[in-house]
Amino acid sequence: MSNGAERLRRELMIRFVREFKNGTLEKNIDRIPFAIRPAQSASSRCCIYHDRAVLKYRLMTMLGFDCGDDGCEERPLSGYLEEAQSSDLRPSQPLTVSAAGCDGCPESRINVTTNCRGCFARPCVFSCPKQAISVEDHHAKVDYSKCIKCGKCLQVCPFNAIIKTKVPCEDACPVGAIRKDGTGHASIDFDKCIYCGKCFAKCPFGAVMERSELYRVMRHIRDGRKVVALVAPSAQFQFPGGIGKLFSAIAAVGFADVIEVALGAELTTENEAKEFVERLRKGEKLMTTSCCTAYVELVRKHAQELQSCVSSTPSPMRYAGMLARDKHPDALTVFIGPCIAKRFEAFQSENIDMAMSFEELGSLLAGWGVDIMSQPEWPMPRPAIATARNFAKSCGVTDAVLTELLGENSDLKLDSKFINGIDAKTALQLKLYAKGKLPGNFLEVMSCPGGCVGGPCSLVR
Amino acid sequence: MQDKIKLEICCGTTCYMLGAAELMTIEDTLPDAWKDRVDVFAIPCMDLCTREDIGRAPFVRIDGEVMGNATLETVHRALSKLLPIEPEEV
Repeated sequence: MSNGAERLRRELMIRFVREFKNGTLEKNIDRIPFAIRPAQSASSRCCIYHDRAVLKYRLMTMLGFDCGDDGCEERPLSGYLEEAQSSDLRPSQPLTVSAAGCDGCPESRINVTTNCRGCFARPCVFSCPKQAISVEDHHAKVDYSKCIKCGKCLQVCPFNAIIKTKVPCEDACPVGAIRKDGTGHASIDFDKCIYCGKCFAKCPFGAVMERSELYRVMRHIRDGRKVVALVAPSAQFQFPGGIGKLFSAIAAVGFADVIEVALGAELTTENEAKEFVERLRKGEKLMTTSCCTAYVELVRKHAQELQSCVSSTPSPMRYAGMLARDKHPDALTVFIGPCIAKRFEAFQSENIDMAMSFEELGSLLAGWGVDIMSQPEWPMPRPAIATARNFAKSCGVTDAVLTELLGENSDLKLDSKFINGIDAKTALQLKLYAKGKLPGNFLEVMSCPGGCVGGPCSLVR
Repeated sequence: MQDKIKLEICCGTTCYMLGAAELMTIEDTLPDAWKDRVDVFAIPCMDLCTREDIGRAPFVRIDGEVMGNATLETVHRALSKLLPIEPEEV
């Protein structure tokens, strides 16, 4: 458990599922925040009233709502539950920020602390490229109209007296999509957002929330719809006991079938290798992968120049969706993975009806009372091949495509490059690739360090 | 050769979600002197998470003794009471 925000989120989710399973959610949902923060209990924020308010917003997001909606404060959770029950709408965006949860952290800036000795050498003054630091009354002082927050002064101070305060969400966002609005609270600009989930993972107040489809999944199962789970390859590293037991556990909740997304990855590999060969034979210089949705969105919104190089082969999730539709034309399909961006891709995929995270899956199993380790092995009709299961790791896609290429196309040379983790410099780097200024003819890009296994909603990192 | 300490980590789904996933990495964090003195096992749900009198998930069992609210830190501390050898810098 890496932090308290994560623990509380999971405890709440497990409780939400348990109440649903017991048929008591309608009756109890308004009381959950009070049950978790009863009178006189210790609070995580300033007081239990603030805690309860944030718990309410979090429960709203578990029902799929935007907790920034007007009027949500006076409307009881039972009202939202009724709406979720009758409308069955998909959320319009995968993420939302709770203003009540957001601390409105101070603006990022360079601060001189009382450790400053006003020394004689004053390397801070000399290293500053903007002449923004002066020393007054034996204490360094920053002129914020000049400071560009480059941090050179931090590195040279012999007393570690200068610090840079950060806004964790803004600092984590690789594309400047999350910013303080007029009230000082964080807000996401969805024209820029690439759904990488880094703000969600980094906010120490847990104010960035996923708009979940967990409730939709559970109610369709309860209402007797046939629901099929499509499980991302990274699951093999995420749950105890291996995927055979995990798949049986998923079926125990009431899913009609469980399908490996790695089977879709086999098709992605085959077709992406073909596409790569065709492109090279046509004289094209570079093709990039397209399985990482955050990367595809990064190109679409921030590095258009590279658009023509992005593979047009569908992602493993989309292929798995097709396989599931073929096998069970009457069923609803649920993608389950460690990813927030896939939620967005799922909104646009006709064969994926809902998406869930590993964290939600774990909470669903826990709340349902299903012990994964004591499940029997799932009778897998045909296990996916190892290279397809390996898609979840950085370089896994390249390995799979390379393996596919070997043999028939020995005259072609694969010169593969990787971007393992998107950060603020990646968009610039991609523009250089588009101009042909960087070497390589096959570029694999993964938004999360280490690949999907390092995803924002993974359980083990 | 002395008997090894038996450390059982509950990997029931609730424990796993609330910290046992991290506890499973404990072998990598043990000081060298302890490494062949502790046997780590992942075990199925002990059904303790539904009780309210013995702490909260995740649970571990050290030589048969149940411990709630387990973290890497608290398990290390419990082991140090059973293992006479001073751990080096952890």
